[in-house]
This record gives sequence, C-alpha cells and structure tokens, in this order.
Amino acid sequence: MSLSSADFSAIWLTLKLASLTTLILLVVGTPIALWLSRTRSWLRGPIGAVVALPLVLPPTVIGFYLLLALGPNGFFGQFTQSLGLGTLTFSFAGLVLGSVIYSMPFVVQPLQNAFSAIGSRPLEVAATLRANPWDTFFTVILPLARPGFITASILGFAHTVGEFGVVLMIGGNIPDKTRVVSVQIYDHVEAMEYAQAHWLAGAMLVFSFLVLLALYSSRKTKAGWS
Amino acid sequence: MSIHVTLHLGYHDFALDLDLELPGRGVTALYGHSGSGKTTCLRCIAGLEKAGRGRIQINDEIWQDSQRKLFVPPHKRSLGYVFQEASLFPHLSVQANLEFGLRRIAKAQRRVDMNQATELLGIGHLLQRHPQHLSGGERQRIGIARALLTSPRLLLMDEPLAALDSKRKSEILPYLERLHDELDIPVLYVSHSQDEVARLADHIVLLSEGQALASGPVGETLARLDLPLAQGDDAGVVVQGQVSHYDPAYQLLTLQLPGSLLNVRVAHTPLALGKSLRFKVQARDVSLSLQDSEHSSILNRLPVTVRDEIPADNTAHVLVRLDAAGSPLLARITRYSRDQLNLHPGQQLWAQIKAVAVLA
Repeated sequence: MSLSSADFSAIWLTLKLASLTTLILLVVGTPIALWLSRTRSWLRGPIGAVVALPLVLPPTVIGFYLLLALGPNGFFGQFTQSLGLGTLTFSFAGLVLGSVIYSMPFVVQPLQNAFSAIGSRPLEVAATLRANPWDTFFTVILPLARPGFITASILGFAHTVGEFGVVLMIGGNIPDKTRVVSVQIYDHVEAMEYAQAHWLAGAMLVFSFLVLLALYSSRKTKAGWS
Repeated sequence: MSIHVTLHLGYHDFALDLDLELPGRGVTALYGHSGSGKTTCLRCIAGLEKAGRGRIQINDEIWQDSQRKLFVPPHKRSLGYVFQEASLFPHLSVQANLEFGLRRIAKAQRRVDMNQATELLGIGHLLQRHPQHLSGGERQRIGIARALLTSPRLLLMDEPLAALDSKRKSEILPYLERLHDELDIPVLYVSHSQDEVARLADHIVLLSEGQALASGPVGETLARLDLPLAQGDDAGVVVQGQVSHYDPAYQLLTLQLPGSLLNVRVAHTPLALGKSLRFKVQARDVSLSLQDSEHSSILNRLPVTVRDEIPADNTAHVLVRLDAAGSPLLARITRYSRDQLNLHPGQQLWAQIKAVAVLA
C-alpha cells in the first residue's frame, strides 16, 4: 500500500486550498496589479512593497502576525466574533486567508508585468474606438494579458501547495480541516514513517516539476504588440 | 461649422498655450517641429490628455469646458484617432480590428459602412489576415479605416505617415487625398512634413514651443515671409489652379491661377476642364528677370510685382515675395542678383518658373 486514506485526504485538502486561494487571488490581485501598473501615485511604492513582503519574510513571521490578528484578541478575530463566526484560527477559512496573503506576490507580480507590457496605447486606442473602461478591460486587457494570467495562476497555485510555515502557525494539524500535504509529510517524518513520507514527497516533487515544466514550455514567444 | 480649441497646459519643461478657431470642414494641418506641442494638442482634443484649463468645441458639441468642470471622457467623444504607429490590436484579425469601433456605434449613427471604408482604403483583400502579417503601409491604412468606421465628427491624425519609408508614404497619400475628397469629415492632421501639408491641408496652424505662430489658409500662410516656414530649403507656395486647357500634342496641361488670366503649363496626363488642382512652386525654382525672354526653354513666365524680401537661411541668398495677379509666389535668389536687378517693393518684373509640382 502506497498512500493512506489520510494522505489522500491531505492531498484533497491541499488541492481545495490551492484552487480556492488562486481563484480569490485572481479576483483580488487583478485590480491591485492593474493599479500598480498604471498609477503615478506615491502610494505605488509602499503598496508594492507590502504585496512583495511574503517573498522575503519567513513564513513563521507572517503566520505569527496572522495568528495574533485572527485570534480571539486580534482585531480581525474580534470582527469575526462580532459577526458570530467565531475565530478563523485553526480553520480552513483561516488557512485560505493566510494563503491569499502568503501567495499574493506570486499572482500580483506576473499580472503587473503583463499589464505594464501592454502599455497605455491599446487602452487609448480602445477609448478612441468608443470602448468604456470595463469594455476595454474585457476585450483588450484580458486577452492581451492572457500569458500573464496563466503564469499567475500556475505560480499562485503551486506556491500555495508548497506552503508549510504559515499553515502550521495558524492552522495547526487538524485532519480533514487543516492538515495539508506538507504538514502530512512532516507528520510522517516525525513518526519515522519514511516510506510514507517518500511517497508523498515524491508526488510533490513530480507535481512541482511538471507545473514548472508546463510554465516554462508555454513561454515561447510573447504575443507582440504591433 | 467651426472648431474652437482653447488649451492651457503646463508641465515642468513645456507649456501649451493655444486659442484656435479652425474651419469645421476640410483638412487642417497642425504643423511644427517635434516638441512644438502639436501631438499634445491633438491628445488634449481627444481627451487622452487633460489640459488644466481649456475649452474644446467641435461644431455644436462641447468636449471640454474647464470653467464649467465639463470633461467628456475620450470614449464618449465622437472622434476617430489615427496614431503614428497603426496600433492595431494584435489579438484580433483585421476584420475584428475594423469592427471594434463599428460595433460600438449605434446603427442610426453609422455613416461610413464596411464596404465604403475597405474600398476607400483598398484593404478588402486583407480582412482575414492578422496584423502581424501586414506591411507598415497596410497596417496604417487599416488603422485609418478603423477610425473612419466610428463615423466620427472629427478625425484626428497624428503623423500617420511618419513611421513609414517614402515608398509606403507615397502608397498611402493617394488614399488620404481620396478621404479628403470623398468624405465630409473634418480632419486635424499633425505633421512636420511641409510636403504632406502642401498636398493635403486646406488650413494650416503653425506651432512652435506650444504657441500658434500663425493660422490661416494654406496658400497664404506658406507664402508668408514672417514665418519660419519661408526659411526651409523646401520653402514655396501652394496654389489652387483650374484646368483650362489640355494640349494633347505636347501633353501639356494649362492651369489658370485663381481670379486671374495668368496660367501655368505643366506636363501631365489629360484632366477634365474645370477640375481644381493643387500645385506647388518652390522658391528655389523661381528666378527673376527684368524682361520677358521668349527665347527660353522655361515654359512658365509670369508678370509679377515685388512685395517684400527677407534674408534667406544663408547670407548669400534672399527670399522675395511676389504677387502674380493676386497669387503669392516666392523666389529664392542671390543677394548679388537682387542688387544687380535693383529690386524694390512695387517693382514689376518677370518670374521664370522652372518647375511646377502638381500635388493633387
């Protein structure tokens, strides 16, 4: 027997978490990336830096502050409690929130680069052809930034799958709720179940390689702007 | 029918300060060197740039009035804009590019249809292609057709030929002339080429460092000695003549100058009598003589009156403004000849025109 039912449950939870996180990040990250690529405001620097923080911070630092914020005495925890939702620590919802913050730069930065590469000309052309800003977003920006969206989705998804520190800090290790693959591997190793750990770790390795292979192979030629 | 544009705009190193009253029909050229503000002016009219203070009125529509805090966003202005690079959407076919604007116009407002636009610009055979597989000239023609298909009340063209080599230019110019002749859409045409202006424009605004030095009909304005236009090597005048005769034996077309009995003859293919034709006479192709010399190979010799003169761009030459029965002419002669002929205002003499270039 290779993978146990607990392993499968961890894989399923991981995929669910990564999909949901990627979806939320595409919705939230697109306007942020669009703003960062267009604005001349002084806030561009500070906001860009905040978005990029998870790139350099140890996950435990992000996890620590999230734990405080989401906990019963944190401002966010108080807010969710006042809504009658309890606290988000050690819950799947909390994990999603943490992952969104943790993987944010991996979605926002490729999108920002894609939007910057488009430049302002196509938007000006669209405006002189009577397209309002929403229309322009869906008929010009979205199709021209497609490679950026693909890269952002892949990186956001893969990075969330590879998350460990933040999960451990705010989600703990609750089977079917917060125990993702990376944590499951950790448990296996702790329990000296090296064969089990091998299977899961090997699967992660193959998965990550395939994802990156798909990503780098798809980056052949960028659609040029004529 | 008129276009009224007032713009005041200041960046740290550049200021635009314009108050223009332009004809609401025909082609108006915004002419000037790079950095003179002509493109900024065009972008402000389109609403792509926002002048802090300004008022833009196109016939009976007001697009901006900063006093009333009115600013119509570009996508609500009925304009067509042709950029210097055709800027076709790379993700769309030629046909989809053309339909992009067309589809966003209410049917009742469409005055230019697909057939008309593709025929006018000769692009019918390109519809299924992708922009990546077109030549620069083809792309620009599609850019023009795409703008026309929004049936604009004003067509703005920002140096549409500047990015093309001279062969492509001459490929597009005839289409632009047809546009001028066949569609009743006023055009603002930004250019730094006197040649294009002479061929296409009816009215010219001369811009320099964000200010309008002159604004007037192209014939009069090009002949003004007080403007830097007269300083260039290709200084000259543009005259609108009327075909009055054709000599098939010698293949010579006779063009009568406006409001006079004077005419010039030029080698040309036959044209219908009465057709209006624009031609250019460059200052360096006009020489002066005290008498009419019939024993000359120079076909066009006109009695003229000296108006005034200025030093040319080099100290050896002067530029003389002449009047040929109401039509202005410029002659670029040496200072030596000027003294030999003892030129003075009011003097009557003969202008010998070595070359007449038929423009359109």
